[in-house]
Amino acid sequence: MALLDRDRIFTNVYGYQPWNLPAAQARGDWDNTKALLERGRDAIIQEMKDSGLRGRGGAGFPTGMKWSFMPKESKDGRPSFLVINADESEPGSCKDREIIRHDPHKLIEGALVAGFAMGARAAYIYIRGEYIREAETLFAAVAEAYEAGLIGRNASGSGYDFDVFVHRGAGAYICGEETAMIESLEGKKGQPRLKPPFPAGAGLYGCPTTVNNVESIAVAPTILRRGATWFSSFGRDNNKGTKLFQISGHVERPCVVEEEMSIPFRELIERHCGGIRGGWDNLLAVIPGGSSVPLVPAADILDAPMDFDGLRAVGSGLGTAAVIVMDKSTDIVRAIARLSYFYKHESCGQCTPCREGTGWMWRVMERLRTGDAAVEEIDMLQQVTKQVEGHTICALGDAAAWPIQGLIKHFRPEIERRIHEKGALREAAE
Amino acid sequence: MPKVKVYGIELDVPAGATVLQACELAGKEIPRFCYHERLSIAGNCRMCLVEVKPGPPKPQASCALPAAEGQEIRTDSEMVKKAREGVMEFLLINHPLDCPICDQGGECDLQDQSVAYGRGGSRYHEEKRAVTQKTMGPLIKTVMTRCIHCTRCVRFSEEVAGVDEIGALYRGEGMQIATYLEQAAKHELSANVIDLCPVGALTSRPYAFEARPWELKKTLSIDVSDAVGANIRLDSRGREVLRILPRVNDDVNEEWLADRARFLVDGLTRRRLDKPWLRVDGKLQAATWAQALAGVGKVNPGSSIAVIAGDLVDAETMFAAKALAGALGSSLLEGRQTGLAYDTSNLAAMAFNSTLAGIEDADAILIYGSHVRDEAPLLNPRLRKAVKKGAKVYLIGPWWEPTYAATHLGDDAGAINTLPDDVAAVFANAARPAIVIGGGALAKGGLGAGLAFAERFNLVREGWNGFNVLHFAAARMAGLMLGYAQKGGIADIVAAQPKLVISLGADEVDWSQFAGSLIVHIGHHGDKAAHAADVILPGAAFSEKDGTYVNTEGRVQYAEKAVFAPGEAREDWSILRALADAFGVSVGFDSFDELRAAMIAAVPALGVEGLAHYGALPAAPEGAHAGGVIGYAVKDRYLTNAIGRASPTLQRCSAELIHGEIHAEAAE
Repeated sequence: MALLDRDRIFTNVYGYQPWNLPAAQARGDWDNTKALLERGRDAIIQEMKDSGLRGRGGAGFPTGMKWSFMPKESKDGRPSFLVINADESEPGSCKDREIIRHDPHKLIEGALVAGFAMGARAAYIYIRGEYIREAETLFAAVAEAYEAGLIGRNASGSGYDFDVFVHRGAGAYICGEETAMIESLEGKKGQPRLKPPFPAGAGLYGCPTTVNNVESIAVAPTILRRGATWFSSFGRDNNKGTKLFQISGHVERPCVVEEEMSIPFRELIERHCGGIRGGWDNLLAVIPGGSSVPLVPAADILDAPMDFDGLRAVGSGLGTAAVIVMDKSTDIVRAIARLSYFYKHESCGQCTPCREGTGWMWRVMERLRTGDAAVEEIDMLQQVTKQVEGHTICALGDAAAWPIQGLIKHFRPEIERRIHEKGALREAAE
Repeated sequence: MPKVKVYGIELDVPAGATVLQACELAGKEIPRFCYHERLSIAGNCRMCLVEVKPGPPKPQASCALPAAEGQEIRTDSEMVKKAREGVMEFLLINHPLDCPICDQGGECDLQDQSVAYGRGGSRYHEEKRAVTQKTMGPLIKTVMTRCIHCTRCVRFSEEVAGVDEIGALYRGEGMQIATYLEQAAKHELSANVIDLCPVGALTSRPYAFEARPWELKKTLSIDVSDAVGANIRLDSRGREVLRILPRVNDDVNEEWLADRARFLVDGLTRRRLDKPWLRVDGKLQAATWAQALAGVGKVNPGSSIAVIAGDLVDAETMFAAKALAGALGSSLLEGRQTGLAYDTSNLAAMAFNSTLAGIEDADAILIYGSHVRDEAPLLNPRLRKAVKKGAKVYLIGPWWEPTYAATHLGDDAGAINTLPDDVAAVFANAARPAIVIGGGALAKGGLGAGLAFAERFNLVREGWNGFNVLHFAAARMAGLMLGYAQKGGIADIVAAQPKLVISLGADEVDWSQFAGSLIVHIGHHGDKAAHAADVILPGAAFSEKDGTYVNTEGRVQYAEKAVFAPGEAREDWSILRALADAFGVSVGFDSFDELRAAMIAAVPALGVEGLAHYGALPAAPEGAHAGGVIGYAVKDRYLTNAIGRASPTLQRCSAELIHGEIHAEAAE
């Protein structure tokens, strides 16, 4: 039941064809976009709702419903905006990059369709600062689209005026958080805002704003063309559609691949990645959704369906579907300690638990890695992660806490072993 | 009016209130660091977490959460207790425990809240963070390792002061609060961040290591450095005032204080006149009180006596001097030292009628000949608030940098008569138009023009009076109420050639005009008037006597005595009483209470704390003519009076912040 080629949305994800407009049009993008828009805003949003598409940025919020939160019309003259989150910085994630560099017109067309559906005046694509070539491609693609009259005044001949701006970030993970992204777009220090007000009420420049992931936007035109029924024929209930999986780590052939949602982990790896390095017995653990979800030990993940609910059932999450596979050669404590360093480095510093807690957690993790700790400190670390989780403005605090909680939950014996070993060495030396 | 339940207590809270405010209404204390009533909500310290139902199963930041109908708020559940302990622990892990050498000790929010809500022990065994030292100028001492990143200082400078001086650098653990390029904080309200800082990161530099809060006697007083009359608290130990802090008064200063008012404190102990002096053979020589009083007494001025009041004196002193001159048959009284001579016959045309708080509601404001940031620093945030609410501001007089959008209409006082059509339309269509007339305009005939402006645009209407005069001298309004004004100003006094002139701390007068007169100076600082004086009778500064002050709104306020005057100096009223004996006349009072009673009998408004009522505005005078390029009286915002000029701190501010001198930091 693998995804057939004819059902793929991203037909140029490997870049075998050019990214430019003629090639994109040959692949079916920008095909009578005017007709899509002529269906009307409500019909588009309804189609998206029916398709069951859940946001591809990690949180999995239903996309159609998100669009429907935007005001139907401006009562006070404020315009609405669409912000597209291309600040893909989650360790393990690399899907937006492939979309932007090989299939940028899917994104731009999606921006027009989504922007039209929510009544937005313009879309801002906030692209990660490190994506230099990708940004160049995107700038060029937007210029092509303007040139061809697909966006801008009377976009695609629809009578709707719609601009697309590309904005480059400066290398901060936290700017991938929707309100921090809005702050950054406004030229301020990228720090998440308090909610409420939610962006749909007061976002970019105080105007109603929706922030969507690149993939969520890029799949929209295809869903509209092929229909909600087609899209929702993939995956289990509540987890519909196709998805770009990004498998990295100790598999034979790491890759980015579009697959059905809910494909079992073992099948995903066998079919596309040539299996685990050293065989299935060599699998230690998997981080199934990017660095901020807890790891899952080998035994639990093997037959788990790769979707939002299936991974939640094993104590983790789908996140961005960035599957990080670790075999038994991995120093699992060191791996998680490195993630802790990442979150310490990327905390914006605004609120107390995350600012102070991420550094503390990283330092304890470093000592646990070498065994220079007491066994009680494992429990203390667990408590500290609980003190951070759920006490912060944005979810970075949670993201920093979860990997450690996953490690302690599944690999506590390994941590204790190191502490005892180090202690025995010390005693022997004395 | 949503109805909420705070730990079982049901209550109605005002619409728009936050959960934190609801808890306070219910009498529950909510610990907080970043939240401040007068600043925007940051929600970043996470200390105010409470449990709210319905809602997600995690604690919520009460400062940022709107109170909604049917909420059930718990402030002392296990979840809340744990959350507070957690946040407190995080705040303390990187906070140096250097309380014994920290000036915030004893009045530190972090100390208090860690005792009340903290865990009691530390589990943190890693290395603590240290932050490199930051420079914020001569007033603010920084120990940024103590910073807990509440960003109150950042929000204050952005929102209240209106300058982007302080901000946050870097991110995460490495986040640091600093001024841009480590320049000194320069705006005139900068030191308020010292009060706002909940920990010892920003403390007062001149006050460093001076005293602990529990050693200090606290006295309620009124600031005399400008005519706003900010409410202050004098903290003194023994015979010395050690620091000045603002008090909360929403009608006057909210809870801010200008730098020059806060830091003139070390001027109170320097350059003091602490014994009487007599000029003998052209030279001042120290004398005893008996010699000095006899020296004045043997001049028999008859009615040829004049009194010139300085900017800092209280109403009682002026009334006592008036009584003395009156007993001798003179009414030559003047307070406008620099020669202003506007018509003072109607005090309503002299006052800031909109009130300081009321000006926030104005929707079109003309600033006419006033450098507000120099002359009334505390008014500027009010104007800024008005602009934030949508007011348009226009400025006549040499351009200065407001902290809000304003349109310049020219330097000449006559510009008020030739307003461009669009400006006139704005005032004509405004619901609450206002004018603020400063000393610069008063000197160029601006009062008549201002009254004409008030008539033209109907500034006085139902529920609104937009006619405002912004004085600079703390003594001005009380002086005008007591009749310290001649028709032609000080020129009339010069023309009268009085035999004897009494200076009540009149340090801004050009004394060369009085070469033929005997000058008796009753003052507290060895400033300009002391150099010109023939007899110096040492008096008390504002901190050393009880007194009544009237601010530019006409608000009567009382100040109390914090310490005794130094050396042989006496309270001013008792000096004037002794002079009456020396002249052999009776002034009708023998004690301060009798003096005050006599003053209130003469001017009843001075006996009622609060706004005095001056009646209706007069009609604009016929043929009033305003013209000439406006000049501002304040040349140096830090050195505006005798106390400030004696203060090393303010001298340094002037040198460093205005004249750009570079001060080397010793061993740093």
